Amino acid sequence: MQIPVLAELVAEGKSPEILFWVGCAGSFDNRAQKVTRAFCKILHEAGISYAILGNEEHCTGEAARRAGNEFVFQMAALQNIQVLEGYDIKKIVTACPHCFNTLKNDYPALGGHYEVLHHTQLIQQLFLQGRLRLKEGGSFKGKRITYHDSCYLGRVNGVYEIPRAILAELDAELVEMKRSKSNGLCCGAGGAQMFKEDEPGDKRINIERTEEVLSTNAHMIAANCPFCITMLQDGIKFKEKQDDVIVKDLAELVAERL
Amino acid sequence: MLQPLLFMVIVAVASLTAFRSFRRIYRNIHLGKPEAIVGDVTTRLKNVLLVAFGQKKMFKQWLPAVLHLFIYVAFVITQIELGGIFIDGITGNHRVLASYLGGIYTVIIGFIEVLSVLALVATITFLARRNLLKIPRFIKPELDGWPRLDANLILFGEIILIVGIFCMNGADVVLQKIQPDHYPDTGFLAISGWLGPFLFGGLSEGTLVAIERFGWWLHLLTVLAFVNYLPYSKHLHIMLAFPNVYLSRLKPRGEMDNMPVIMNEVKSMMGLVEESENTTDGAEMPEFGAKDVFDLSWKTILEAYTCTECGRCTEACPANITGKKLSPRKIMMDIRDRAEEIGQRIEVNHTPFINPEKGGDTLTAENYADGKSLFDYISREEIHACTTCNACVEACPVMINPVVPILELRRYEILTEAAGPHEWVPMFTSVENSGAVWQMPVARDAWTQEV
Ligand code: SF4
Ligand code: SF4
Repeated sequence: MQIPVLAELVAEGKSPEILFWVGCAGSFDNRAQKVTRAFCKILHEAGISYAILGNEEHCTGEAARRAGNEFVFQMAALQNIQVLEGYDIKKIVTACPHCFNTLKNDYPALGGHYEVLHHTQLIQQLFLQGRLRLKEGGSFKGKRITYHDSCYLGRVNGVYEIPRAILAELDAELVEMKRSKSNGLCCGAGGAQMFKEDEPGDKRINIERTEEVLSTNAHMIAANCPFCITMLQDGIKFKEKQDDVIVKDLAELVAERL
Repeated sequence: MLQPLLFMVIVAVASLTAFRSFRRIYRNIHLGKPEAIVGDVTTRLKNVLLVAFGQKKMFKQWLPAVLHLFIYVAFVITQIELGGIFIDGITGNHRVLASYLGGIYTVIIGFIEVLSVLALVATITFLARRNLLKIPRFIKPELDGWPRLDANLILFGEIILIVGIFCMNGADVVLQKIQPDHYPDTGFLAISGWLGPFLFGGLSEGTLVAIERFGWWLHLLTVLAFVNYLPYSKHLHIMLAFPNVYLSRLKPRGEMDNMPVIMNEVKSMMGLVEESENTTDGAEMPEFGAKDVFDLSWKTILEAYTCTECGRCTEACPANITGKKLSPRKIMMDIRDRAEEIGQRIEVNHTPFINPEKGGDTLTAENYADGKSLFDYISREEIHACTTCNACVEACPVMINPVVPILELRRYEILTEAAGPHEWVPMFTSVENSGAVWQMPVARDAWTQEV
């Protein structure tokens, strides 16, 4: 599978329909790379004309902004906006809810206006358009799956039902946690917490969330955010349950069945 | 003639003192920075209807929502009866409305009475929830002292008010039979119709008149005391919830306020704008973010005064749930306390707090300097613990957003003080220098080789 890079496509005179924003985690984090590849597989299978920015992509600056460092954010954002403007990008999809939120909600005030989709939104559209055909006999029969709402897709941007619709598409038996949808509990990574130690307290937030996951007796957690995946995996490992519960991104679950 | 005079003097004095307090609050709110309220009126009115009047967000927890609704509706409806008290108080009449409205009066007062009983049930339940059942959100440390007393006082006040209503109506019902000329027929009142004769039947006429007058004055004085008490209480929300909900931000939750000064600075660094467009001349580095209420939007201070101290935000906060010091409720309470502190000093013109560098003879928001800031109320540890998950925003029944001030404090710490958690520094440096949140030895597109 060849990953199309925007600069190369443009040199060939092509202009892809949508830009896939990979993000820092999707580019560099081993675990998140798997999600990136799974999502690329989905895009290929559906025959979407897309491209990535490759080395022209720059961190969105999301974490820096939420940490309070507006200078670093503005430098990152304005640089990205310039690149996106250069390619006249109108539509972006990303597998990271933090990139999603910042591109969608933070960039307009700086002059960057795009239609931004989270990858679950695009996947759902592809299902609706009949562009994704799942193999029969999935591996989900009899498996209990729980779904973890990321804050930035869920509470911040109000997307609760689309990821669940994908799980329904996969015939998964969804068991909701007590705190779900608008009451969902954070994994503990947002607001730049990912990049520092926790403040003193009784326990880490991801442990609190993992305990809730375990109380559902689910075999699998479906997630939609690279940072949630890291946090939940750490939690599962801490509880020594890595043989019983696995954490997967929705894109991986879909890609496995293509 | 004595009674109307006494009535008018008491009402005038109470109104005057209340007016002074509310004026102070208005000024304190405007200690904050101006912020234009943008967005469409229809959405705002819809919010007021659903969230403020309809208490939509309360119904996430149905038991407290229903009980609270009893007290709230009873309180609003009772104002009709209070209207009657005012008319009688000024004119020296007795229940003129009863003679004018006839059957409607019976229905309205009966309705008020039923609601008052429901409110009494709710009040007693609330007292139990706070003091006996010790619901977790009511026993957090930020409620120690005045906030806890405040919550209980108001519940007792509600009981006194209800006692007043039933003394007044109950004795009246009995008196209607004895002195029909003085006590116009109210029809059969839903509760007092039987409770009155049950409690007060057979008492002497003089005692009945005394009980009726006692109830009447108790009702009036409790309400006047309440109005004067509001400015010092979390119960201010019964007034401010409406403007606060109307004015609440309509921007997406995920959008942080832009900082145009920094944006323009960076644009000129990147050669995106002409140097001349850049207004900062480097002579005086402006302060960024917020270290005190002066630096917060007035809207945030309004939110602080609107806060009901209910703790729904704190109950949902992942940091607080896992034992961190952060409590979004405390953040809002601290902002109010600080605004109060400053407002009171300014009101009495406490001249030692005039910043000599700024000058002036009277203490104002501009020259105020008491050597303190919001950071004396809110610790670094608290603001560092926030995951910006917005659970607090989602939970708040009166549309308060504690994340906005938390992030403004972070901005001050990072941009103005160049402080903050040292673990963040590598992330900042890395984003700035290598365009990723981590310093990586490989190119950003290296992963494409392994597909
Ligand atoms: S946004 Fe911050 S303060 Fe609000 S609930 Fe989440 S962690 Fe707590
Ligand atoms: S901010 Fe809102 S939810 Fe939190 S205590 Fe105040 S009123 Fe309650």
